[in-house]
Amino acid sequence: MNPSASLKLPDGRRRLRLATTSLAGCFGCHMSFLDIDERLLMLIERVDFDRSPFTDFKKIGHCDIGLVEGGLCSVENVQVLREFRAHCRTLVAVGACAINGGLPAQRNHLDLGQILAEVYRERPGLAPGSAVPDDPELPLLLNRVHPIHEVVQVDYFLPGCPPSADAIWSFLNDLMDGRTPHLGHGLIRYD
Amino acid sequence: MSSADAADVFHLDGHDVPFTTGETVLAATSRAGRYIPHLCWHPDFAPHGSCRVCTVRVGARLVPACTLPAATGLVVESDTAELRHLRLRLLQLLFVEGNHFCPSCEKSGDCQLQATAYAVDMTGPHFEEFYPARPVDASHPDILLDLNRCILCSLCVRASREVDGKSVFALGGHGIDTHLLIDSPSGRLVDTDFAPTDRAASICPVGVILPKRRGFAVPIGERRFDQQPISAAEEGDP
Repeated sequence: MNPSASLKLPDGRRRLRLATTSLAGCFGCHMSFLDIDERLLMLIERVDFDRSPFTDFKKIGHCDIGLVEGGLCSVENVQVLREFRAHCRTLVAVGACAINGGLPAQRNHLDLGQILAEVYRERPGLAPGSAVPDDPELPLLLNRVHPIHEVVQVDYFLPGCPPSADAIWSFLNDLMDGRTPHLGHGLIRYD
Repeated sequence: MSSADAADVFHLDGHDVPFTTGETVLAATSRAGRYIPHLCWHPDFAPHGSCRVCTVRVGARLVPACTLPAATGLVVESDTAELRHLRLRLLQLLFVEGNHFCPSCEKSGDCQLQATAYAVDMTGPHFEEFYPARPVDASHPDILLDLNRCILCSLCVRASREVDGKSVFALGGHGIDTHLLIDSPSGRLVDTDFAPTDRAASICPVGVILPKRRGFAVPIGERRFDQQPISAAEEGDP
């Protein structure tokens, strides 16, 4: 984040770059990330944030760790995910939606056109002439919501809805210290 | 084997496990307070041997511990890298075959499928999701049937037939199309004599058979398998 910041930590280790994004998610995983509270101060001793809602950078640079919240419900989600995969040495699926589609994927047994028609055209109380939004700026929706490992190689999965702050902190410390992340009972949760 | 005592022991991962005549390896292991992951086995019912999660190695053979008769001196391996990986893949297949959205499931924290997946450190599904279209049967006034979560363990089939004497449930179809059937002309639960007091109403290890009008009586995070891992929990119904 700060170009003048030293690339090395006092103990000689390299500072790491971390990017985060929310695709078809609710930002709950990011809120849980913020729930590490004062440990954020310990984290920024060791990492610089790249593209993330915390920095509002629009482009991702080369990163050591990419945390992806949410699954894939639109072509824009797929594009951002591919950019993250291309720029991150270690890519992590964070939370239920990134891992198995989560709540958005519960539309998968319904027809997308039918859903859009029911929501934007056929619902009671809509203004006359209501139509399905078709602004060219809007990313096209996918027929089905997909978890991210169905499109790119995912290195680690951090489950939870959201994963607890303690789970995120434990996971990040394992990664930053070069250990294979292991959550164990109490931290591994799907709910 | 000269003594009667020595004749009643098999070896599981280097530990002696006592057994009685006719007992299976899984039943004896469970009674001895040791854990072999399993889903379709229940101590009150005859084994079904279908989920394969309790698969153990005996010499060159991989066999389900729930149907394997215990025998004197049998050397059984369970907690090995090979079998942990096999169980992980079996659980991942079970998860992608159904629609297992734990955050919105009332059974979360009390679910044996979820707790067993925790026990084998399953963090992701590995395989592609099927997202099958499975109906919810909310016809019964007291019981909800959410077939999205069914793992075809057949415990409800066995409980309804053997304890309740009703045979409300059966497994039908083949292969990937295998599914739970309801024995009524309409195929709906409301048209059976199923009752919330039936043994089959409380046997489901996942969140298929749920009582209506009861939600979050115990908060998420304080439930059975939130308190302790399934390997340390008492055997039996959730």
